[in-house]
Amino acid sequence: MSDSAVSEVDTLPETAEPARPRRDPAKLVRTAAWLALLVVLLALPLYLDAAWLKAGQYMMIGAVGAIGLTLVVGQAGQLSLAHAFFLLAGGTAYTVLSGPTGDDRVIGFGLDPGLSLLGAVAVAALLGLAFAPVAGRLRGIYLGVASLALVFLGLYFGQSAEELTGGTSTGRTPAPFSLFGFPFTNDGPQLALLGVPIRAAERMWYLFLLLTVIAFVIARGAAGGRVGRSWRAVRDNEAAAAVMGVSVLRAKAGAFAVSSAYGGLAGAMTVLWFDILKPDESEFGTYGINVSIAFLAMVIIGGLGSVPGALVGALIVNGLPQVLALYSADLGWFSGTGDGALTPVLVSSFVYGAAIILVVLFEPGGLAAIGRRITQRRFRRQPPEEP
Amino acid sequence: MNTFLQLVVNGLGKGAVFALLALGFVIIFKATEVVNFAHGSLVLFGGYLVVVTRDALGWVGASLVGIVSAGVLGLLVERLLLSRSRHADANSLALLTIGVDVMVTEEIVRRLGVTLPFLGGAWDAKPFQLGGITLFRTHLVALGVAAVLITAFWLAFKYSNWGVAMRAQAENREAAALMGIRSSRVTATAWLVAGLLAGVAVLFIATQDFSGAGLSRGTHSIALAAFPAAILGGLDSTAGAVVGGLVVGLVEALSAQYVSFDFSKSAVFLVMLVVLVVRPSGLFGTRERTRV
Repeated sequence: MSDSAVSEVDTLPETAEPARPRRDPAKLVRTAAWLALLVVLLALPLYLDAAWLKAGQYMMIGAVGAIGLTLVVGQAGQLSLAHAFFLLAGGTAYTVLSGPTGDDRVIGFGLDPGLSLLGAVAVAALLGLAFAPVAGRLRGIYLGVASLALVFLGLYFGQSAEELTGGTSTGRTPAPFSLFGFPFTNDGPQLALLGVPIRAAERMWYLFLLLTVIAFVIARGAAGGRVGRSWRAVRDNEAAAAVMGVSVLRAKAGAFAVSSAYGGLAGAMTVLWFDILKPDESEFGTYGINVSIAFLAMVIIGGLGSVPGALVGALIVNGLPQVLALYSADLGWFSGTGDGALTPVLVSSFVYGAAIILVVLFEPGGLAAIGRRITQRRFRRQPPEEP
Repeated sequence: MNTFLQLVVNGLGKGAVFALLALGFVIIFKATEVVNFAHGSLVLFGGYLVVVTRDALGWVGASLVGIVSAGVLGLLVERLLLSRSRHADANSLALLTIGVDVMVTEEIVRRLGVTLPFLGGAWDAKPFQLGGITLFRTHLVALGVAAVLITAFWLAFKYSNWGVAMRAQAENREAAALMGIRSSRVTATAWLVAGLLAGVAVLFIATQDFSGAGLSRGTHSIALAAFPAAILGGLDSTAGAVVGGLVVGLVEALSAQYVSFDFSKSAVFLVMLVVLVVRPSGLFGTRERTRV
C-alpha cells in the first residue's frame, strides 16, 4: 500500500458516529484546527481592507487550482502541465455563458452567472475527459509533454476565437457574479456586519471562500474514499491495479476530468478576479506555461497528493507576489523600474523555483510531510495502533 | 513550387536546430532517465554569455564562451543538484529541473530587460538567391553545423569509450556499474554535451532569420519546441531526436505559410499529439511492456 498519501488523506472523523472508547486525539485536534481556521477566514473581512482581501482571493484561486492539480499529479500520478489551459477554458466558458446576448462583437448566452459558473466547471471537465484517450495511453513524462500541447492549443484558441474570448488586444469583460439575484458587487442591498459594510470586496471574499471550502471538502472526500484508492492504485502500479479490478482507463480519465473541473473553476474565478478575460499574446501570461508551472510548484511545495499541502503551496506561490506588492507600497521596496528591476512577481518566482529544488532534494513529501511529522511527534505518547 | 521548396529548405534548417536541442534531451534521458525541463534555460544562459562577452572578445570568441558556459551550466546542474539526490526517482528530478529553469530564466530575462540582442553575427540577415528561391544563410549554416555535430556525436556514440559506456549505462545501469563503468562520469558528460548543443543552438535561434526576435523569453519558448521533437522521435532514441527535430521544423515552416503564423506553434504540438496517440512511445522509442 502506498504509505505517504494514504495516511495523509484520512477522512475527518464523522461526528455523528457513536463514540468509540478511544478516539485518536490527533484527529480531534486536526478537526478543531480546521474549524478554527475557517472561523478566522470568515472573520478576516471585518479587519482587512479591500486590497488585502483582493490578495486573499488570489490565493484562493491558487488553492482551488492546486487542489485539482494535486489530485491528478499526486494521487493519480499523472503529470499534467495543462492546468493553464483548463483555466482559460473555464474562464472563457463562464464569460461566454453569462455574457449578454446580442453583442455583435462577441457571443454571449445571457445565462444566470451562478449557472454559468457551473457550466464553466462542466465545460472544463468535459475537455479534460476529451483528453482522456491521450491521457489513458501515456505515462509519466510523455503525458506531461503531451498535456503541454493543450496550453499551446489554448494559446491559439485565445488568439483566433475572438468571438468567444474577445481577442488578445481588448479581451472582454465577464458578467458580474450574482447568486439567486444577490449581486457580488457594490449594488443591491446595503449590508453591514458589526459595523463593517459588506461590499464588493467582502462579498467576493465570501464567495471565493465558499468555493474553496467546497473544493477542499470534495477533494478530501475523493482522496479518502474509493475513488482516491483507485487513483493511488493506478499511480503505484497500473498492472497490479488492473488485476485488483480497478479500471485503469476510467481511473485515469476520471482523475483528469476532476482536475480539469477544478482548473475550470479556478479559471472562472480568475476572470472574475481580474474582471476581464484577456487571452495571452505569447506563451507567457495569465494562461501560459508559466501558470501551469506555478500550479505545479504549489503542488510540489505542498507535497504531491496532499490537499492541505496544496493550500499552503497556493499561499506561498500565489500569495507571495500579492503580499510583497502590498508591503512594497508601504516600505518602498521594488521602487526601481526599467531594466533589471526586481519586481514582486520576479522575487516570488525565485522563491518558488528555489523551493521546488529544496523540496525535491531534502523533503520529497513537501510541506505536508513536515507537517505530518510534527503532528505525529506531538501525539506520540500513545503508541499508534497498527491496523 | 518555388515557395514550397523554399519552405522545405528553411524548415529543414529550423529542424536542424531543434534536432540539436532534442538530441540534448535524449542524451540526458538515456544517461539518467531524467527529462530536463531546464533545457530552455541552458539555451538562454549560453546566449546571455555571448551578449555579455562579445564586446570584449568579438563574436567568435563570445560564441565559444557561450557554448562552453551553457555546457558548464548543464554540468553544474547535474553535479550540484541531481547527483546529490540519488534516492529521488527520475520524475522528481524532472520536477527539480523545472525549479532550476524558473530561476535561471527569470534572472536572465531580468538582466536582459528590454534589450533583445541578436546573436547570429556571422550569418544573420544575409539571404541569397539560388535558382529562383530565397534562402536564409542562418538555416543553411544551421543545417551544416547540425550535420557535422550530429555525425560527430553518432561516431562518438558508436565507437568511443564514452559512447560505449553511455550505451551500456542506458541499457542496464547496474550491470554497467559492475563492469567498471563510472556511472557519475557518464551522467556528467551527458549533461555537458547536452549543454554544449544548447549553446550552439541559441546562436541560430536568436536571429532575425530564425525567429525575428533577439534573445528574450521568446527564445526560451522556441526552445520548448524541442520537447515535441524529442517526444515525437521517442525519448530514448538519438535517431528519433534528429528525425523529430526535422519534422518539427518542417511542420512549423509549412503551417506558418499555409495556415497561419499563430497556428504554427500549436501545429507542432498537434502533430506530436497525433503521433503519441498512435505510438505512445514516439516513432522510434522503446515500447514499454508490462509483464504480470
